[in-house]
Amino acid sequence: MIANQVNLYTRIMRAARVAGLAFVLMAFGLQNSFASDSEEEFNPGDMIMHHIQDDHIWHFFDGHYGTLYLPIIVYSEGNGLEVFSSANFYDEHHNVVEYKGYKLDHGHISVVGSTVHVWDFSITKNVAMLFINALLMVLVFTAVARGYKKNNGKAPKGIQSFFEPIIVFIRDEVVKPNIGEKHTDKYLPYMLNLFFFIWFGNLLGLLPGAANLTGNIAVTIVLAVITFLITNFSGNKAYWGHIFNTPGVPWWLKYPLPIMPVVEFIGIFTKPFSLLLRLFVAITAGHIVILSLIGLTFIFHSYYVGAASGLVVFFINLIELLVATIQAYVFTMFSSLYIGLAVADHDEHH
Amino acid sequence: MELLTPGVGLIFWQLITFVALFFFLAKMAWKPIMESLKIRETSIQEALDSAEKAKQEMASLQENNEKLLAEAREERDKLIKDARDAANAIKEGAKADASKISTKMIDDAKAAIETEKNAALAEVKNTVAELSIEIAEKVLKQKLGNDKAQKELVDGYVNELKLN
Repeated sequence: MIANQVNLYTRIMRAARVAGLAFVLMAFGLQNSFASDSEEEFNPGDMIMHHIQDDHIWHFFDGHYGTLYLPIIVYSEGNGLEVFSSANFYDEHHNVVEYKGYKLDHGHISVVGSTVHVWDFSITKNVAMLFINALLMVLVFTAVARGYKKNNGKAPKGIQSFFEPIIVFIRDEVVKPNIGEKHTDKYLPYMLNLFFFIWFGNLLGLLPGAANLTGNIAVTIVLAVITFLITNFSGNKAYWGHIFNTPGVPWWLKYPLPIMPVVEFIGIFTKPFSLLLRLFVAITAGHIVILSLIGLTFIFHSYYVGAASGLVVFFINLIELLVATIQAYVFTMFSSLYIGLAVADHDEHH
Repeated sequence: MELLTPGVGLIFWQLITFVALFFFLAKMAWKPIMESLKIRETSIQEALDSAEKAKQEMASLQENNEKLLAEAREERDKLIKDARDAANAIKEGAKADASKISTKMIDDAKAAIETEKNAALAEVKNTVAELSIEIAEKVLKQKLGNDKAQKELVDGYVNELKLN
């Protein structure tokens, strides 16, 4: 299994190297091989940021029907709660205009001529993506659960047999070893929800035109905070004892200067912080790499560069599929580990 | 919205959606799935266990059968041996009886013969005595005066007697 993966990985890397070399040669040889008289200056940084960040509209392609205008939900003191379409912020030439005293400036909604804070609860691109993700999970997993009801006492079939090994893997290889047999049933639903939410989110994010949901720091913060809350509310005596009176360290590390307690206390927060940062960075970086490679096509204005970068992007996408799964696994695994440390019965000495 | 500053709206929707999704799926999917998996695994384990138990029972049954068979065989051997011993004993007894009877018969016969012989000898003796008396009588009758003639006569008779 691992040997296969390594083999696959080396093959991908070899192909990527070959493609990369071809692409560099062509980039220099054929730089201005087709007319570069586009009316607009192409800014790759803007393009990438635009793709990986949240937005009040969902832009699929240029043209009249290429944009989905999402609902704006804002609350501000004085104006109260307002709900309207984000189409109101754009005129027929796609220029940003003011509406109802609000203006949209680089994704920020503010009140015109005032510094009053605007609470923006709009259904943004990522929120829409979030709903799609949640809906997909509901459809898939109620179907899986139906399979268990229908094939009760029989071998799994269809979608049920696709997800069963993954569910069993999460249970037996991720949750059980980290949280322990005794608490597995209690925390497994959360871990399954977490794993599939991140996995589905990562995979959906790789689709063309999709939003970068799991690569958004707001999403990863919420997931990490939930794990943080579960960890600390599950924490037993041994867990808190370990933090405030770490066993197995010399007394002078605890008194009069509480060095170890402070380090351990900071550790409570660095754990979820590492969770939220890891997922955010891994997914966002993957998107940036793919978009940069695609952007090269437009920087060099070359079909050849396009073909070469297309090939590279294809292989990077394969790696991203792997990353999507690994990141979902890692987030779930570390969440299990942290909760496992909090609920462990005996005091383990490190 | 900047890359590193989380949007309040997205945090809000993410929290609501994720928590709602969790409670919904926990009830509708995760728990039923976990339960079904556990039930299936338990039933598979039970089936395996009972198969193992049946195998063990079979083995013990077979062992029992073999033991019974061995016992039966042993008993049969014992019976055969006993029967043979009994037959031998009977045969030996019969043989001993027969030899005893024959010995007795021989002894009886010997005794009878002895008796007969003695009787015959006695008779012979009697006869000899009678003959002697007769001879003496004849001798006396014929030649009482002539010693030589008497002696010749006695010798003649004795010779006659010997020839008999």
